[in-house]
Amino acid sequence: MNCRSVVRELSNYLDGELDLNLQQSIEVHMEHCEDCHLLVDTTKKTIQIFCNSEPLPLSDDVRSRLHDALVKRLHKPRT
Amino acid sequence: MRVHAGARHGGCLCYALSLSPDKGHQQIMEPANAKLAKSQTAPDDNESSLVAAAKAGDVAAFEALVNRYERKIFRLTQHITQNTEDAQDASQEAFLKAFEHLGEFQGNSRFYTWLVRIAVNQALMKLRKRHPRDISLDQEIETDDNFMPREIEDWGPSPEQRYAQDELAGILSHVIGELEPSFRTVFQLRDIEELSTEETAEALGLSVPAVKSRLLRARLKLREKLNRYFRRGIAQ
Repeated sequence: MNCRSVVRELSNYLDGELDLNLQQSIEVHMEHCEDCHLLVDTTKKTIQIFCNSEPLPLSDDVRSRLHDALVKRLHKPRT
Repeated sequence: MRVHAGARHGGCLCYALSLSPDKGHQQIMEPANAKLAKSQTAPDDNESSLVAAAKAGDVAAFEALVNRYERKIFRLTQHITQNTEDAQDASQEAFLKAFEHLGEFQGNSRFYTWLVRIAVNQALMKLRKRHPRDISLDQEIETDDNFMPREIEDWGPSPEQRYAQDELAGILSHVIGELEPSFRTVFQLRDIEELSTEETAEALGLSVPAVKSRLLRARLKLREKLNRYFRRGIAQ
């Protein structure tokens, strides 16, 4: 296991999609390589901070327009 | 692996989900996107009933589905188009199109995945109209999987603790807006909207390896961009 291999498998590692042997090889490598440890840690934080971001509400105006358009569409023949 | 001179600052101050150098690396195997597993379960009965009622022409049932997903769909279209007006239009058009074509929804995938696919297409149409020279998202592009990250530094305290919520939201919006659309959209679907790799591939008309390749690159690029804001020792 070297740094390049860690980068190549980074996504699979973070998503828990690696087989146990490969996963353990990465973990052993990280015990001795601070760069890879920090890379994995900060990439994980990157995903989490976006994952935790709040969805955006639609404005009342758009919701109202959508409702009106839906009702109107009901009276048209379906495709 | 290259590291900026003077970038090291000892062990990280762990926030809830980070690693502790003192405790080894065991925690890392919890998937980074903890919500992912939950999101891939079958739709609940309530949703199936709402979809069935909406198929029969029940606007109220469809509006319940709109209420359930409108915030996520708007965030999706906002991130893809990077324009509020386009995002609103794309969201509205996506819901209308979904309602209109509900009879074609067979229930083989989650309703949400089906809706996301429609919303992505609507958002891409807006994006292409505004930026016709942008690369097509469903076009296979070469990514260099030997890409090596730069600026590997400890981020120190939790970004959520260092920035006010509004400020943090602004940073996230800015950095994701700097990504090329082809990477941005894959990251958006996979890591924010919590679609599986296969669902993301289906929604974008890409192969699974292409999604994986773009996702890796997107994650690394975003990490590098966020490093400007979150690395330990920068002035607040």
